[in-house]
Amino acid sequence: MASIEVNGKSYETDEEGYLVNLSEWNPEVADYIAGTESIQMTDQHWEVINFLREYFDEYQIAPAVRVLTKAIGKKLGADKGNSEYLYGLFPYGPGKQACKIAGLPKPTGCV
Amino acid sequence: MAEVTAPAYRTIPIIPKLIPGAMEGKGPYIANEKIQADLGFPGQLVDDWHDKAIAKMGDLLRKYRSVAVFMDACVHCGACSDKCHYFIGTADPKNMPVARQDLMRSVYRRYFTWAGKLFPKLVGARDLTREVLDEWYNYYHQCSECRRCSVFCPYGIDTAEITMAAREILAEVGMGQKYSNEIIAKVHKIGNNLGLPGPALKDTMEGLEEDVKEDTGIDVRFPIDVKGAEVLLITPSADFFAEPHIDSLIGYAKVFHATGTSWTLSSMSSEAANFGMFIGNYEQLRKVALRIRQAALDLGVKRIVVGECGHAWRVAYSFWNTLSGVGDGSDPDDKFARMLQQQLDHRYRQPTHICEFTWDMIERGALSFNKEANDKYVVSFHDSCNVARGSRMGDLPGGQFEIPRNIIRAVANNFVEMDPGTTRESTFCCGGGGGLLTDDLMELRVKGALPRMEALKQVSDEKGVNFLALICAICKTQFSKVAPYYGFDRKMMGGVHQLVSNAIILGDKQ
Repeated sequence: MASIEVNGKSYETDEEGYLVNLSEWNPEVADYIAGTESIQMTDQHWEVINFLREYFDEYQIAPAVRVLTKAIGKKLGADKGNSEYLYGLFPYGPGKQACKIAGLPKPTGCV
Repeated sequence: MAEVTAPAYRTIPIIPKLIPGAMEGKGPYIANEKIQADLGFPGQLVDDWHDKAIAKMGDLLRKYRSVAVFMDACVHCGACSDKCHYFIGTADPKNMPVARQDLMRSVYRRYFTWAGKLFPKLVGARDLTREVLDEWYNYYHQCSECRRCSVFCPYGIDTAEITMAAREILAEVGMGQKYSNEIIAKVHKIGNNLGLPGPALKDTMEGLEEDVKEDTGIDVRFPIDVKGAEVLLITPSADFFAEPHIDSLIGYAKVFHATGTSWTLSSMSSEAANFGMFIGNYEQLRKVALRIRQAALDLGVKRIVVGECGHAWRVAYSFWNTLSGVGDGSDPDDKFARMLQQQLDHRYRQPTHICEFTWDMIERGALSFNKEANDKYVVSFHDSCNVARGSRMGDLPGGQFEIPRNIIRAVANNFVEMDPGTTRESTFCCGGGGGLLTDDLMELRVKGALPRMEALKQVSDEKGVNFLALICAICKTQFSKVAPYYGFDRKMMGGVHQLVSNAIILGDKQ
């Protein structure tokens, strides 16, 4: 198994860099994973990450892209409630890249 | 974007100059012990892998006469060699279909023919070594089982079946593929590829009801687990989750609404995809299919309609009948298949593709459209490989080609075809089919999309095509992901029922 080291502590990940033990996640780990994805975390990024984690706590799955865009739109204004905004923050695709940083499992299937 | 670069467009689409070893490597991630155990496969390469693999190959040669014939029939004429999108995109000679077949054929000759047993070198026979096994894993995960090569083979050799057999042998000795096997285990456990639990599905569908109400002012419903509904919709779970997929789901719901059809999703069985086919394993294929039968029996539906998903429609159209009793042909002793047979309404095709459903309704005059709503688009249509070469729609041969096009023409004013060498039965795979739609195969996916991107580029330059209509969740995800490498906007990619959704007139008929 692969692992990453953040502030002297080791965290187990899968082959693709997703955390194996979701309960180990913390903001420093998120920052570290974002760095490996060449993303500099900003408040805008955190808005998305926090929503993903809240949704996951309730439903044990990441939200659909549409659910995410709608929630962000409600919170930050309609001009940000669209997938362009999210792709701007997470260029590899909000579904997978944001989940990875949020410490959620990778969405699987034809997505 | 990842550091993959798209190959250059070819000025004249000729056979590429060979680059031996271009795609050598380890292949996609191997399934770990837990994933393998979930499907009843060994967790890692077993000690007696050699004997087990040869024994399994012997089993498959007996069980599938097709594979045995394909091993013997090839005369190396070369007709298939430049027909594979992965060969065209990667130029690796081992991605020529004949070479891919020969990876197994050489082993077959060594162990199953007298000439290969006695004079292996003379007949190109080779031992199954660990290197050969690794080579199988790598190159049998560079075939999307799209069957384009089989169209051009004078003997009809179907490389997809050989790939499936190879993958079945590999899983059996402990080398399963992570992507496909993890997904199959999720279907067994939760009911869909995503692992989307019932409450999340419900929340997402309620959100869609709000959205459609906001857009149209009409209460279009997205029902779940409604007993006694007429139609059970079985659609890829990507339709609940991803873009542009979800826009087609909205399209199906609007069609059901406008035609007054009572329908339901099932939270227990919320997946059309059946990756059991991709890994070539009949037991997994059947187990996934039986979930759908259980949902149909529990809900008491009269019809089963399948959403936009390519390989799912091949499984549904070609295999559901004997697997599960949706359609004729089940085992007479299969009690539940008989039960389902009696329950379903046989005035309709069982199963029905959503395109058949919509087209029937259009022909009957039950739907009206504002085609101008799609006037911003010049639309072309990409035939999905499994629909084109593994199934049919409607009552006429070639219905699987005509019906989606008929729908597009009914809902949009501007439709043009791509190069006929790349459509209908000659269609190219999107580059992500057959269990290869995974991030660890991104280089292969980008390169494999080359022939389709070339055909799209041509109609985009010459005829202004700015929307590629699709009927497969894999095609939608794959093109949205890789088209930007070729300079296209991911938003050009969408579903046929997304166009239907844009144009359909809801509410009272004028």
